[in-house]
Amino acid sequence: MTPLAPISNSARVVLGILFFVLFFAAWSFATFGGYVSATFLADPLTMLMEGWLLLVKQGFAFDIGITIWRVLGGFVMAALLAVPIGILMGAYKPIEAFLEPFVSFARYLPASAFIPLLILWAGIGEMQKLLVIFIGSVFQIVLMVAVTVGGVRRDLVEAALTLGARDRGILARVLVPASAPAIAEIARLVLGWAWTYVIIAELIGSSSGIGHMITDSQALLATGQIIFGILVIGVIGLISDYLFKSANRWLFPWSLA
Amino acid sequence: MSRLSIDNLSRVFPGMRGGAPTRALEPTNLGVGDNDFVTILGPSGCGKSTLLRLVAGLDRPTSGRILLDGRPVSAPGPDRGMVFQSYTLFPWLTVADNIAFGLREKGVEAAVRAATVDAWIERIGLAGFAHHYPKQLSGGMQQRTAIARALANDPAILLLDEPFGALDNQTRALMQEMLLGIWERDAKTVLFVTHDIEEAIFLASRVVVMSARPGRIKADLRIDLPHPRHYTIKTSAEFSALKARLTEEIRAEAVLAAAAH
Ligand SMILES: Nc1ncnc2c1ncn2[C@@H]1O[C@H](COP(=O)(O)OP(=O)(O)OP(=O)(O)O)[C@@H](O)[C@H]1O
Ligand SMILES: [Mg+2]
Repeated sequence: MTPLAPISNSARVVLGILFFVLFFAAWSFATFGGYVSATFLADPLTMLMEGWLLLVKQGFAFDIGITIWRVLGGFVMAALLAVPIGILMGAYKPIEAFLEPFVSFARYLPASAFIPLLILWAGIGEMQKLLVIFIGSVFQIVLMVAVTVGGVRRDLVEAALTLGARDRGILARVLVPASAPAIAEIARLVLGWAWTYVIIAELIGSSSGIGHMITDSQALLATGQIIFGILVIGVIGLISDYLFKSANRWLFPWSLA
Repeated sequence: MSRLSIDNLSRVFPGMRGGAPTRALEPTNLGVGDNDFVTILGPSGCGKSTLLRLVAGLDRPTSGRILLDGRPVSAPGPDRGMVFQSYTLFPWLTVADNIAFGLREKGVEAAVRAATVDAWIERIGLAGFAHHYPKQLSGGMQQRTAIARALANDPAILLLDEPFGALDNQTRALMQEMLLGIWERDAKTVLFVTHDIEEAIFLASRVVVMSARPGRIKADLRIDLPHPRHYTIKTSAEFSALKARLTEEIRAEAVLAAAAH
């Protein structure tokens, strides 16, 4: 292996799948081999069966749908507010000086600790779940976008100035396009974190969603269901990552080779 | 009659963490006439880029002033086009869109813009590359595009800061001929920074030599080689004599500069 040397696409796919195969092999070995009690860890087949039952008998597809909706809803709300603020912060130093200390402080407030408060304010309805995700995402996006925009190559800005660009032109025709791929990458990253917040929000005071199913299953000691729920989240994450990456390749061909 | 006049221009950079301030440019006077091609020659660190950035309006002088067509320079503007040593094409724009950048900013209508861009792509020999991104171009092609991008704006003066510094010798020679061809045809006013003596003579109607830091203008030489110039002129006796003379001037400064470090 040579550092940074590229590999072929087929090799990449095979290696990627290989890890999953090994993972399932180790899991099967531990459970079917009787090394781990079924009470604590269901074997892969039981997990798949329980998962199937969840889907066909208990309407788990609805839970999956509602969780995806919450994640996207909270995330989109956060991004719509945070991306423009982040861009303005990165571009204009007075705005940065005004907002940065507060945002840096707010960023460390754990979204999950707001749940009890949010339940008081917004009840246990949908708004409360969306707000948990919103609070968890908005400050992170603002700060990361601001850093990205503030770090746009100075020489590109100077080139634009000598071509006659003024404030608005610099913002709209240099800072924004130059940071767009990195902003998309930030969105991908934060969307991943949003999944953590949604599950926590659903573990507490919820009657639907993947997180709710997981708490229910715990009471029934149905570890197969819990694992199935976790895997479903993983698979959704994988798909959304893939979609994000394809969209970025399509939107920003210039940033790749 | 000077298009650009630089009066007593100086720039002192404040010292870092209480260190001594850097006198990058001593009070300097320079006039650039209409249609002059002035090359500025000097050792590394003598303040050539500082001078050019001041003219571009990207930096503010400590003292003195700059007049372009009688108006003081206080900020960057499209009347002073600049080509940088580093590659500064906008990576998200194609060659054509890069060249059109200044025209769009001015609000030139699309049809006129497209015609101007096409003409420039033709002139810099990049036909067929209009829709390539900068990443897909060689260094020479990128700098040609950068020159076209600056000139498409039709600036009163074109400023170039060692634009060919990173190119190999052959490419460099071709680029010099291309730039000279544009100047001979379009009658542009140009201020060109380099530390390559041959380049300075070949391109110039005037060579200005700067001293080692703190930078001052030390010699100012008219170059009366005939136009249109062909690369073969570089082997003529007249060229060699100029080169010998400037080599001597620069050597003294380079020795000083080396001693200062
Ligand atoms: N922003 C800055 N802050 C502090 N000092 C600076 C700054 N820019 C330039 N200098 C100093 O000013 C002096 C002149 O720099 P300048 O870049 O103008 O040199 P130059 O003649 O263009 O050199 P080169 O040929 O290597 O490009 C140098 O000593 C440099 O360290
Ligand atoms: Mg320089």
